Amino acid sequence: MKRGLALYAAAAYLFLHIPLLVLAVFSFNSSRFTVWQGFSLDWYRAAFHDPQLAEAAWNSILIAIAATLFSTVIGTLCAYGIWKRDAKVLSGSLYLSLVTPEIVMGISLLVFFQWIFRFLRVQLGMHTVILAHVAFSLSYVVIVVMARLRTFDATLEEAALDLGATEWQAFREITLPALAPGIAAAALLAFTTSFDDYVITSMVAGVDSETLPMVIYAMARRGANPVVNSISTMIAGGLGALILFSERLRKS
Amino acid sequence: MTQLRRLFLAPASLTMGVLFLAPLAIIFVYSWLSRGVYGGVAAKATLENYQRLFDPLYAVILLRTFAMAAVATLGCLILGFPLALFISRAGARKNLYLQLVILPFWTSFLVRTYAWMFLLRDTGLINSALQSAGLIRAPLPLLYNNGAVFLGLVYGYLPFVVLPLYATLERLDKNLLEAAADLGAKPWTTLTRVVVPLCAPGFRAAALLVFIPCLGAYLTPDLLGGSKTVMVGNVIQNQFTTARDWPFGSAVSLLLMAVVMVLLLLLIRRNGEELI
Repeated sequence: MKRGLALYAAAAYLFLHIPLLVLAVFSFNSSRFTVWQGFSLDWYRAAFHDPQLAEAAWNSILIAIAATLFSTVIGTLCAYGIWKRDAKVLSGSLYLSLVTPEIVMGISLLVFFQWIFRFLRVQLGMHTVILAHVAFSLSYVVIVVMARLRTFDATLEEAALDLGATEWQAFREITLPALAPGIAAAALLAFTTSFDDYVITSMVAGVDSETLPMVIYAMARRGANPVVNSISTMIAGGLGALILFSERLRKS
Repeated sequence: MTQLRRLFLAPASLTMGVLFLAPLAIIFVYSWLSRGVYGGVAAKATLENYQRLFDPLYAVILLRTFAMAAVATLGCLILGFPLALFISRAGARKNLYLQLVILPFWTSFLVRTYAWMFLLRDTGLINSALQSAGLIRAPLPLLYNNGAVFLGLVYGYLPFVVLPLYATLERLDKNLLEAAADLGAKPWTTLTRVVVPLCAPGFRAAALLVFIPCLGAYLTPDLLGGSKTVMVGNVIQNQFTTARDWPFGSAVSLLLMAVVMVLLLLLIRRNGEELI
């Protein structure tokens, strides 16, 4: 049985990784068609020279950085508060947001923004995308930081309080440094989920806030285009590296 | 402590209240209103949006979504359990094998779905390879059907199954396995009569973790499916874009949320708050 299981696992890993590997290989194909003709960097060059892609990539990075900053700070504070004593409604809504289908979250935010904008004179744009991303990445941050807090020795903080530290000092000087790797892991995770999101973003984006996934989606729909292969490879590679880094931090 | 704690929880409460609960509340209100002339809503109460869910046109899509999610979940469980078993018995290499599952899971869902388009479409890798090998003359219709959506869902959500099943397997009392072996059970019998039943909570959690996102799947049926594989997620999107029927789209969204919440509550009741 042991050998059978190992063989099966090998097949399963191929299934999980082959599609992306094949895509990566063919992103270096010199032909426009899906037949290997030789190595070339043409599609990478084309990707880098496309102004629409450059603008979308820039938007995606700005949005991801802003959303990560907000959700990491808010989420870390929140995890610490819940760790002290559970807040039922808040943790319940965080869990619920985790299982809410993306499309439902997207349309509900769209409707909400449209409703608010009847009273304020603003439009959909970068700010609405950032707000939406904070909303959906907050639960990830809370969960990752909370996992770190569960391994944290609460008596250390008590000792600090006994020695005369204020609650804020105990948090700032003792707990926060101990949480740092977990917070960094959470931030990387928030960044990847924000950078990658298509469904929610496409609902709340305005004319000036097209993101990289939105451009890729449009190009993929339009038909075969080797440039999509090269951007996809870069995104998968970049996000993959971030995730591995985040995993390492989480376990350290 | 209470004051600092309240201060710390305030931004998250505000975020979730304004950007998650309030939008859902608005959807709830909209689902009882009538359709506006240019999209939006008209302030006239009606039950019509909920009645329309029973219209055969939409009932078929709802049933299809349930069936597709159920089959994809089953596929994930069947494919995922042996993999979880393999990892739990891999000794020192456990972490590496686990990371190999996690890695594609967090790496761009859109890109991974696109990878299947690249493989399956008429000019895709599989058809090109078969054609240049002279095995087929015309490309096989691999994309834009139920099979492609099923494949995309299983591929997308397989890691969702492996992680909770692995966690459950890790927590199994090894003494029970030895006891089974001592009493003369063959490895296969131990697996089917001891391990699998003991993993029931893990199976329940894993099944739900896949079933819920499959029910709400939008990107997978949108990119890999055709007009005959429309799922609920696509209906919702369509109501808020081309069809411009916000109240009906809201009603469909609420139905989806209701199903998700009921399933989640059932799981919490069976498995306890830790979920697995």
